[in-house]
Amino acid sequence: MSDDAKGSGLSRRSFLRGGAAGALAASLLPEDAAAAVAENDAEGAPTVGPGAVEIELEVNGVARRLEVEPRVTLLDGLRDRLDVTGPKRVCDRGTCGACTVLEDGRPVYACCRLMIESAGRSITTVEGLGSPDAMHDVQQAFVENDAQQCGYCTPGFVVATVALLARSPAPTEQDIEAGLGGNFCRCGTYKGIRAVVGGPGEPGGDSVG
Amino acid sequence: MRPFSYAAPTTIEQAVSLLEVEGSEVLAGGTDLLSLLKDDVERVERLVSLRGVEGLSDIDVSGGRLRIGAMTTLQDLRDHAGATEAVPALVTAIDGVASAQLRSMGTVGGDLLQRPRCWYYRRGYGLLALGRDGRSMVTDGDNRYHAIFPEGQARFVSPSSLAPLLVALGAEATVRGPDGERQVPVEALYRAPQGEGERENTLGRGELLVEITAAVGGVRSAVYEVRQRRSLDWPLMAAAVSLTGEAPRVDQARIVLGHAAPIPYVAVAAGEVAAGGELTPARIEEAAEKAASDARPMSGNRYKVQLARTATRRALGLAAGMEA
Repeated sequence: MSDDAKGSGLSRRSFLRGGAAGALAASLLPEDAAAAVAENDAEGAPTVGPGAVEIELEVNGVARRLEVEPRVTLLDGLRDRLDVTGPKRVCDRGTCGACTVLEDGRPVYACCRLMIESAGRSITTVEGLGSPDAMHDVQQAFVENDAQQCGYCTPGFVVATVALLARSPAPTEQDIEAGLGGNFCRCGTYKGIRAVVGGPGEPGGDSVG
Repeated sequence: MRPFSYAAPTTIEQAVSLLEVEGSEVLAGGTDLLSLLKDDVERVERLVSLRGVEGLSDIDVSGGRLRIGAMTTLQDLRDHAGATEAVPALVTAIDGVASAQLRSMGTVGGDLLQRPRCWYYRRGYGLLALGRDGRSMVTDGDNRYHAIFPEGQARFVSPSSLAPLLVALGAEATVRGPDGERQVPVEALYRAPQGEGERENTLGRGELLVEITAAVGGVRSAVYEVRQRRSLDWPLMAAAVSLTGEAPRVDQARIVLGHAAPIPYVAVAAGEVAAGGELTPARIEEAAEKAASDARPMSGNRYKVQLARTATRRALGLAAGMEA
């Protein structure tokens, strides 16, 4: 697939942050988008969609390539297209935190990010942190502190906790509130989760980090 | 979500040119816009992503001025030592934004220009929520979170967390559009629409908020929010205050209320009460009383009048270095 030859390489690179721009850029637009690209050349930035657009992004350390419509959220793309089902779809409105993933290391609600906006970026879900045989310290601490009940919010909580501890290895009360206030657990396992992140007067502070 | 097309410009010029086309909307952090699209409250032909536009995410503090690019995430602003040292109240305002995830995704421009939370608007009844008979559904309905300073038919509240503080600081917004660049006071970004289809901001087609600048030297500022819940909710009332003059003397005071009116509500008379001398507790009380004196609450939001007084009193106290 040609890329700069169509005169739109600049914009296609805008999908990409710090990756192998040339190699990935070609995959961002299917051949049949050429017309749309040409149409918008005067503006200097191609318009793609509403049909499927080929994008590439890194998911849990693996480069994944797929075609998605611009309207597909990162959450739906991960779950329905890439079979990465750790992030959960609960509120789908950026309120409950069950879909929390790391995007380039930052905690984001995957339900509020278009997948096309994550093209060229690195996504880490709960699956990417560790496996049942080789758990991440935070996953291990969730198990040890009985920090889940039905488990549906747990993947989001684990990812948000990893992000919190990356920012604040010894979090204060305020850090914990700020870091985990965007995740809900309707079973009420907050006590166990507090034990995971430690904090004043709480056990378990040494088990993660 | 209905289908839409997507463009990712890399320059402001490209973004402006794309936004000039009808049906194109800005996609910044997307945290609220995607919900509006999912709920079919808003419809777009094309989203113009600003994520890849160069030079929209810079923060700079120099020469007594703070500059913040519109695509700066709230978290990046929160983490910028220079910015929060220059305006400590930014921390309060940003920490009021619901969650780590929203702070990581949400942008300064997105916060300033987010759509109102009014539940009639969110249910598809429009910003003015007028019934078939032309009467407001808000005045006859559940208006507990609505404006105590309605403007004409507009009874929703401006939801921005940063706007009251930036207006209090006298910050300016840099807007780029098809006709070039213009600078306006931040408060001039807002208006109270009087007809359905009108927006609550003053940006024209193809116009883009690119930057906020504020003079930060010699100003004491504070934000106080009254909240029902500490997390994942909007404040019921917020007051931002900026004071100039050698403490304890106050030469000028600007008091701005959020979640009180369809626009950030500048309590001019209250500011005049607080200015021109030492800011004593008695003077603070008087200013707080004044801040709410023009309130016209509806059936279910009289409690917000007292919240406006309380938020004003506490923000003034914080800015003056007293116990709130």
